[in-house]
Amino acid sequence: MSILVYAEHDNSELKADTLKTVAAAQAIGGDIHMLVAGSNCQAVAEAASKVNGVSKVLVADNAAYEHQLAENVSLLVTELAADYDHVIATALTTGKNFMPRVAALLDVTQISDIIAVESSDTFVRPIYAGNAIATVQSLDSKKVITVRSTGFDAVATDGSAEIVALDKATDAGNSSHVNDELSVSERPDLGAASIVISGGRGMQNGENFKLLEGIADKLGAAIGASRAAVDAGFVPNDMQVGQTGKIVAPDLYIAVGISGAIQHLAGMKDSKVIVAINKDPEAPIFQVADYGLVADLFDALPELEGKL
Amino acid sequence: MKVLVPIKRVIDYNVKVRVKADNSNVDLANVKMAINPFCEIAVEEAVRLKEAGTVTEVIAVSIGNKSCQEQLRTALALGADRAIQIDTEENLDSINVAKLLQKVVEEEQPQLVILGKQAIDSDNNQTGQMLAALTGMPQGTFASAVKIDGDKVNVTREVDSGLQTIALTLPAIVTTDLRLNEPRYASLPNIMKAKRKPLDVKSAADFGIDLTARTNLIKVTPPAERKAGIVVESIDELVEKLKNEAKVIS
Repeated sequence: MSILVYAEHDNSELKADTLKTVAAAQAIGGDIHMLVAGSNCQAVAEAASKVNGVSKVLVADNAAYEHQLAENVSLLVTELAADYDHVIATALTTGKNFMPRVAALLDVTQISDIIAVESSDTFVRPIYAGNAIATVQSLDSKKVITVRSTGFDAVATDGSAEIVALDKATDAGNSSHVNDELSVSERPDLGAASIVISGGRGMQNGENFKLLEGIADKLGAAIGASRAAVDAGFVPNDMQVGQTGKIVAPDLYIAVGISGAIQHLAGMKDSKVIVAINKDPEAPIFQVADYGLVADLFDALPELEGKL
Repeated sequence: MKVLVPIKRVIDYNVKVRVKADNSNVDLANVKMAINPFCEIAVEEAVRLKEAGTVTEVIAVSIGNKSCQEQLRTALALGADRAIQIDTEENLDSINVAKLLQKVVEEEQPQLVILGKQAIDSDNNQTGQMLAALTGMPQGTFASAVKIDGDKVNVTREVDSGLQTIALTLPAIVTTDLRLNEPRYASLPNIMKAKRKPLDVKSAADFGIDLTARTNLIKVTPPAERKAGIVVESIDELVEKLKNEAKVIS
């Protein structure tokens, strides 16, 4: 059996979630190749060649793949897929964007967001915002899969795979990149942080998120938010944790002024330890919190920062 | 220009689902159903484009049994001009849904198809992208802004690290994120008017597509329950527990 794993990257850095996606590929079993599609992405290819379990790195370095537009990347991956039984990508926005396109071009359905592998054709995935766990068998000849990285542990980076340059340029010509507005942060990446502190509607405004920053700095934590906080304009959308935002599973998740709606819980309830700080003792967040503190966050946060 | 909006009938987002005792699936008997929230945003966006004068006709389509006509009537009450129900009792895999929608696209020739980015029941996030692949159209997924500019559409997308804007040549596919717009409520007069708007029913079987299942649902189980936690009385106690009991901070 052979598996093609799509490397998640930004042309300069291989994303840590890719290491977890390779762990899912190892659970399926077989010869694992990794595809790096991008532009000026040699550093990514070298990082990919060190990923444990990967035997070959295919590099498609071409301007057509600079922004990893779905129209162009899906054509490349579909062409390569002829030689593989499984095609796998991380369930982040890039993979979610182009992989179903690959599946359709191959005339198969996709198995999205798997959290466990039962066998080479049977996978476990959450449905209904994580309120049910489905075990699904794929009946298609080729398996197109996206992996929820919180379900797997990262593999080591002690490998030495062969790097093979591909001379490909699949440009569909019907889409183009205009611009990016990226959020810049010194803090750890939300998806990869071992501690996350999140604020909700109870923060009242964007200014008050500063109260979380001191604590985040002391703990080396990432800062997240509930949809209510994002919709109210307190913080940008890429900080949203939940069914429609990012899925996190840190060692410690601190929810501040978050009631705990189903859609928010979907994004964080696999955290190892959950702490809730909320002034409403009836808030549903307390039903999943390991440690709950019923208190006004405006008193509790400065005190917490002082005691860390 | 014509816009096609595929919508899905799903469990209401506020309902806490229950897994059936035999683990065959979730229990949907006597559960409140509604239009998928992302699909509602898609309808709203299409109606706003019509109100802005860019779009002349909005067609809603849904695949399912007769009960999904209720959601199509909701879309009509929100401002869609007509509706198509593709009748089937089967719970179809995304690829088969996309193939049926491809046929509708061929018949109706819309310039723009707007779908929700995912259904809150299956959480697949596939159909829009698959339809784009099958029709050969470009795609703007997870859209938080859509701007039509001549023969192109500019789509601002919500990506992991922020926002990305791309330009697509029409005809194109857009899938909606939550922040694209705030859907309106249907007024009573509009609900009454919607009852007289055209709703065509077509049988899925008549499209001549092989709709054989691609997946086999082996079982559905409830997620692992978290153990009940404790309520601490003070910040001191919280910090002490996190350091010494949970050992997650030092």
